Amino acid sequence: MANLKIDDGAISFQLSGVDGKKHALNDYEGKNAVVVIFSCNHCPYVRAWEDRMVQVQTDYVSKGVQLLAINANDAIQYPDDSFPEMKERALEKKFNFPYLYDETQKVAHAYGAERTPEVFLFDKNFILRYHGAIDDNYDDPKAVKEHYLRKALDAVLAGKPVTIPETKPVGCTVKWK
Amino acid sequence: MKIRFLYYEDCPSHDEALRRLNKCVEAEGIGADIEIVKVESAEEAEKLQFTGSPTIIVDGLDIDPPVSPHYALSCRAYRLEDGRISPLPSEAMIRKALRKAKEA
Repeated sequence: MANLKIDDGAISFQLSGVDGKKHALNDYEGKNAVVVIFSCNHCPYVRAWEDRMVQVQTDYVSKGVQLLAINANDAIQYPDDSFPEMKERALEKKFNFPYLYDETQKVAHAYGAERTPEVFLFDKNFILRYHGAIDDNYDDPKAVKEHYLRKALDAVLAGKPVTIPETKPVGCTVKWK
Repeated sequence: MKIRFLYYEDCPSHDEALRRLNKCVEAEGIGADIEIVKVESAEEAEKLQFTGSPTIIVDGLDIDPPVSPHYALSCRAYRLEDGRISPLPSEAMIRKALRKAKEA
């Protein structure tokens, strides 16, 4: 179960990104919303959703929204989730957001992340406003009925309550060491 | 015809995958029982050559043989007919394998 409840403050972190830079959550002060997504390379649920992650960033960048994807998986047991493989995936899928490596798994543990993908949406004050799945259909983007993350972003950006602040994240389990 | 369905409990797609398999078996008029195998450890995954959940084996053949098999307790990625990746095999993929086994 996630260690953050809705209306809790974000937990700080600093992680290395596939771009060769360190990324701290504080670096994104001033953004209207920050979306932390626990993710990885190998999980078919992530692979089914990752184009939609890119599209969300594309659609919301002008509104001051920043996505950050974090991979915390054990790369010994799951070699596809290694840092070099992360770099390749980011290039292949043209990630337009930082893809960060939580090698020690400390951040994933701190957040209580359980699945990939698992979304934590924070407002401009780094308060958690939405936690859970990206939308309601991992299998078919055309069959999505509930765009949970997009609706939550729209509400946060408009200064309104999020009508569905929590959903069950659907995906692979985080692969702990 | 022998049909095996192998799955890992922590992958959410197994119920839907089994439902699809049952639907396809019925649609193809196949009277075979489906052996359902729950894979519960990394050791079992190695022993069963389990390449991820869900895996469907028809007469000894994986319905979508992986190019580089990696045996682990993990969810499996299927490439669908339209090129998308999904945690589930499509009904078309399942039916193709069932028909091939029927004709053999």
